[in-house]
Amino acid sequence: MFSFEVGSLLNIGLVLVVGLVVSIMMIWVERRFLGFFSDRLGPNRVGPFGIFQVIADALKMLTKEDWIPPFSDKFTFVIAPMILPIVMLLSLGVIPFAPGIGVMDLNIGLLWVFAMAGLASYSTMLGGLASNNKFSLLGALRGAGQMISYEVFMGISILGIVILSDSFSLREIVQAQTDGWFIIPQFFGFIVFMVAGMAESHRWPFDLPEGEAEIISGYNTEYSGMKFGLFMIGEYIGMVVLSTLIPVLFFGGWLAPFGLEFGNEIISGLFWMGAKTSFFLIFFVLVRAALVRPRYDQLMSYGWLVMLPLSLVNLLITGAVVLYQAG
Amino acid sequence: MSILFYASAIISVLSTIMVITRVNVVHALLYFIVSLLSVAVIFYTLGAPMAAALEVIVYAGAIMVMFLFVMMMLNLGQPTIDQERAWLSPNVWIGPSILAAILLVELLLGLMTTDATIAHTMVEAKEIGIALFGPYVLAVELASMLLLAGLVGAFHLARK
Repeated sequence: MFSFEVGSLLNIGLVLVVGLVVSIMMIWVERRFLGFFSDRLGPNRVGPFGIFQVIADALKMLTKEDWIPPFSDKFTFVIAPMILPIVMLLSLGVIPFAPGIGVMDLNIGLLWVFAMAGLASYSTMLGGLASNNKFSLLGALRGAGQMISYEVFMGISILGIVILSDSFSLREIVQAQTDGWFIIPQFFGFIVFMVAGMAESHRWPFDLPEGEAEIISGYNTEYSGMKFGLFMIGEYIGMVVLSTLIPVLFFGGWLAPFGLEFGNEIISGLFWMGAKTSFFLIFFVLVRAALVRPRYDQLMSYGWLVMLPLSLVNLLITGAVVLYQAG
Repeated sequence: MSILFYASAIISVLSTIMVITRVNVVHALLYFIVSLLSVAVIFYTLGAPMAAALEVIVYAGAIMVMFLFVMMMLNLGQPTIDQERAWLSPNVWIGPSILAAILLVELLLGLMTTDATIAHTMVEAKEIGIALFGPYVLAVELASMLLLAGLVGAFHLARK
């Protein structure tokens, strides 16, 4: 029960606690790094290097007035912020962190992540719709259009991996990469997946549903206190899920690069998975510091005119090569 | 497993009843999503995880999002709720209730007479693929033609 095997209580506790702590700490890490990238200090007052800033933020949010607008649809208004963190934590459950470390080992793991990503869009949409505010509605509309569109290419972009590894199971996908990571044969799949994943979790530069320059704060305009906090923490858990999913799908998951394995396979696996995940987490912060938000029509035409053909051609070529090699 | 099955079956029936009786269309949609999710759990307990995942991805994750998207465009407010409430008068229930009751009796009779046990064979993704592109390839082609026709039609309408 308390051993290192998939689904043991120890594993569930470990993944839940580490996943949540990393997601929460990402708020501080992101602000600190954004400060560093733009030659500022960032939060540095609470504790050493400002590391307890998140606790101060959480205290502030919990003690704020939790206001439910009288003109809103209260039932939906309360439910909407809960959906995002729940489904994001559920999709963290299928991620294989190391051999024997993980919460679930589903043979449809990849589809599970997609199902959860599909449900996550309800949080944005219902939140915006229930607020009964024009700006919220505009944000929710943007979110809905963006998520439906980018889900399509996200789905097609990973089909190349399913063809190469012959499985939907994330553990089998990692094991199929022992001879070489999928980043080399699936480079275009990786590009499409990463961009679509960022759009799906509406991270900067794809945070048009929030778009604070035009529509105040978009879908979460009417939210305050911990309800807003749930939207925010859900977004950060989504970022962590994406940063673990990219290594698993394209960079060999827990497999060590160049044979740099050490200790037993769990320790080595956790180290390399952690290193790869951290790289992508920092990378997403860098992207946020470097890029500007596109206009909505640019976002749509970029998706449908560049990403969709690219992912389709990638799928076609992968299928053709695999069939040719099979003879 | 059978507890899971009965629990999700009860949830799906209750949430579907709620879908029909809600006057607020957003609430009805939320219950519909719950109903779809519980049907997905039923698929899973019956040994079809692929069908369960597709149920969530396609129905709950895509089609319902489209419904919600259209709903946001329509600007439904209090007038719609009042109209729904007026339409949902008790008189309307009589006909459908009688018909549904007959179906229920038939279903119960069928369940009692036949020895129906839950089949416990897992249907993997590979088998679904082989079935779809083997004996059912004609259905797949027809569905893709239908979708293409829809796509062309939407494109034509959007160009005007």
